[in-house]
Amino acid sequence: MLELRGVTKFYGEREVLGGIDLTVSEGEAVALIGASGSGKSTLLRCIDLLEEIDDGDIYLDGVAITEPGADPVPVRRRLGLVFQAYNLFPHRSVLENVVLGAIRAQRMARSDALTAGHALLQRFGLAGREHDYPDRLSGGQQQRVAIVRALMTKPRALLLDEVTSALDPELVGEVLGIIRELKGDGMTMLIATHEMGFAREVADEVCFLDAGRIVERGAPAQIFSQPENPSTRRFLTRLLAGARA
Amino acid sequence: MSATSTVVVIGGLVAALVLSPGWRTIRQTYLSWHYFRQILPSLPGAFWLDARIFLIVEAVVLALGLLIAVVRTVRAPVLFPVRLACAAFVDLMRGIPLLILLYVVGFGVPALGFSFLPTDEPVLAGAALAMCYSAYVSEVFRAGIVSIHPSQPAAALALGLTRPQALRHVVVPQAARRVVPPLLNDFIGLTKDVALVSVLGPQEIVRVAQISSDFSFNYTPYIAAAAIYLLLTLPLIRIVDRQQRRALRRQNAVVML
Repeated sequence: MLELRGVTKFYGEREVLGGIDLTVSEGEAVALIGASGSGKSTLLRCIDLLEEIDDGDIYLDGVAITEPGADPVPVRRRLGLVFQAYNLFPHRSVLENVVLGAIRAQRMARSDALTAGHALLQRFGLAGREHDYPDRLSGGQQQRVAIVRALMTKPRALLLDEVTSALDPELVGEVLGIIRELKGDGMTMLIATHEMGFAREVADEVCFLDAGRIVERGAPAQIFSQPENPSTRRFLTRLLAGARA
Repeated sequence: MSATSTVVVIGGLVAALVLSPGWRTIRQTYLSWHYFRQILPSLPGAFWLDARIFLIVEAVVLALGLLIAVVRTVRAPVLFPVRLACAAFVDLMRGIPLLILLYVVGFGVPALGFSFLPTDEPVLAGAALAMCYSAYVSEVFRAGIVSIHPSQPAAALALGLTRPQALRHVVVPQAARRVVPPLLNDFIGLTKDVALVSVLGPQEIVRVAQISSDFSFNYTPYIAAAAIYLLLTLPLIRIVDRQQRRALRRQNAVVML
């Protein structure tokens, strides 16, 4: 459904993505792992057309979405992106955050959007918080609202950008629970994450990014147990040492 | 303690005024009860003209200021000439004295002789005020817009909103809330600068005071006009201060972002 061919991105002279090839099939979850600065976030932003790529092609449902001059708006309406820092709109209540895209971008009737918003918030344990402003919510609740906001527009695929990295450890579980549930529903997902245990459990494929290149990819069991690439091995060893400390 | 010191300071200032060598002249020319009573009935009516000019100009300034600010912050290449024109307008309006602008617009526009242009002095004066203040207010709005973190429009775009929609529903509402205190400050300035309209001749409060004192050689009417002004501006200033304190409290309440 989502296909990347030779995606390359420069910030000035610096190459941040060096020819990424990647395929995410319908209902599949692909985890992107790698150190901070390895290009995971940039890759997701490029797929959602928030950044322009300098070379390569991205296909959504077989159609190239990175043709120069093409309108990015319809593409973004078919993808959902959730940010590390939630990026909720602080001047709007939880419910208003959730329905904005449905009403303005999808042209859904306001009453329908409100009904759908209520139902989704309820499903993800946020009933009763509809009229609170984001700053009254915990980080975990805010991130759940952000996921609901992305789901409201019924995206073909969900792009998750380190959605638990800004959370206190005890709040990580409630957000991962939602993603697990979405995976069960058959949602197609591309997940940039530092949660290795979670990647191992949920992902169908794990890609290890190093300096803007996928240096190793495979089934989670293989990547985490017998990494072949020396930099993957180094990364995982460092991470495990950090977890123990 | 503070009450005592206040009495001492104010008493000292009053004493300095009353004991000054020129106190008799000052009292007669600036604080004459006779002239005060004579001019007072004609001032509220004259002030109503200032108030109307202020209210209309204020509405125009808010709309025009926001429009200029938005045009100057969007990056669409098509709008480059408009952006350039807006930047030039803002620089020019902030760079010349308001008094000169009033003369240029007030006497220059009617001199053009176009029948569709207004020749009414209050309208022309209001236009000059609106031009000047739109420039300042657009800078206030612009500061508010650029202070919104790029992650906010990014989140709006990711939802599938267009750039104008992201501006309209996400960026501008947050920016406007942030700049309320400085905006109110500019509006206190505007209430007082409306008095400059008098140079073009309309019978507003300063003009009425001036005509009276031109006949009597007594300046009490100006003091009376100032008193009327304070009735409007002092409450406004209190409101602004309260807004600013609230904004500060809100800012300090934000621990994490």
